[in-house]
Amino acid sequence: MTTEFATRHLRRIRLVLWGVVTAVLLATGGALMMRSYLLPPTSEGISVEVATIGETDIRSEFTLMDHTGRAVTEADFTGRWQLVFFGFTHCPDICPTTLAYMASVLDLLGPDAERVVPLFITVDPARDTVPVMAEYVAAFHPRLVGLTGTEAQVAEAARNFRIWYERMDDENAPDGHMMAHAGHMYLMRPDGRFDDVFQEQDQSPQKMAGQVLARIQESQDVK
Amino acid sequence: MRVLIVAALAVMLPLAAHAEVVVTDPWARASILASRPGAAYVTAESDEDDRLIGASTPIADRVMIHAIETDANGIGRMVHRKTLDLPAGEAVDFAPGGMHLMLMGLSEKLVEGTTFPLTLHFEAAGEVTVNVPVLGVAASRLDEGSK
Repeated sequence: MTTEFATRHLRRIRLVLWGVVTAVLLATGGALMMRSYLLPPTSEGISVEVATIGETDIRSEFTLMDHTGRAVTEADFTGRWQLVFFGFTHCPDICPTTLAYMASVLDLLGPDAERVVPLFITVDPARDTVPVMAEYVAAFHPRLVGLTGTEAQVAEAARNFRIWYERMDDENAPDGHMMAHAGHMYLMRPDGRFDDVFQEQDQSPQKMAGQVLARIQESQDVK
Repeated sequence: MRVLIVAALAVMLPLAAHAEVVVTDPWARASILASRPGAAYVTAESDEDDRLIGASTPIADRVMIHAIETDANGIGRMVHRKTLDLPAGEAVDFAPGGMHLMLMGLSEKLVEGTTFPLTLHFEAAGEVTVNVPVLGVAASRLDEGSK
């Protein structure tokens, strides 16, 4: 009687344990499958997520290639304000909208536009090569500088600007996310430190141009 | 009896398809590079509850409904929607920074000043085809682009 009870009891425990093992295997397998589904190696059809994490300690530090094929670092732009936007040329909505908006802001800055360098940094360097960037930035503004580089260089630039991005295979994952956080434009001071952040939908280009001019003016008054 | 049900259904069918969706203000942004996806925008309003279940155009392999969803951390992500609800009498807007119809696999570059047909498939109202004007690269709203 007791033995029979014990046997049944043990059998139940064994069943439960096997259940747990199966569940763990399924979960692990599922997670791995999801991972490979969502995060394939760089290929055609990838899309990218961009998000900001915090404003503290954001700094303009990078080693990249501009759209003319010239190797550049932040030192090439010191002494001028920077208007920085991270995006990628496969992005059909936020990126062209924000870059066109940035172009309007630049035009509205008038003579002071010379003191601001507009930078468009791709987070999809595998596809956004130098010639692609050259053609792309020219469509928005003659002064817009397109920056690309190796995956590592872009990752480093994004890290310093505290931009997070993630790549997903859009072709195989039509349900996958396209792009996070509607593009932020960073206004960086001439010393490469963070000054302000703007978003296209938050204000008119006139208002943003006014705010940028005010920031430039204020910093001059301090000196 | 079965004949009666079939007859009744046959009579009701046109009634079920009575929903009407009005699609206005279509536009798309000119492409800068060939082989890059395009985006089209429309406003759709239905006189009764309906649902957008897809879209197609002869100039693209695939048209996807994209919307922005914001997670608990405040990070907005562009997400693909299979369908989109159209509550009765409510205008649903596709606009930059919000929702857009992504045109994947364009057979040609979207050239400013041209137009292309876009067919929206609604669950109740059926198909609605509109002619989409292509505005400049810098267009962000229909009114600005047409100026």
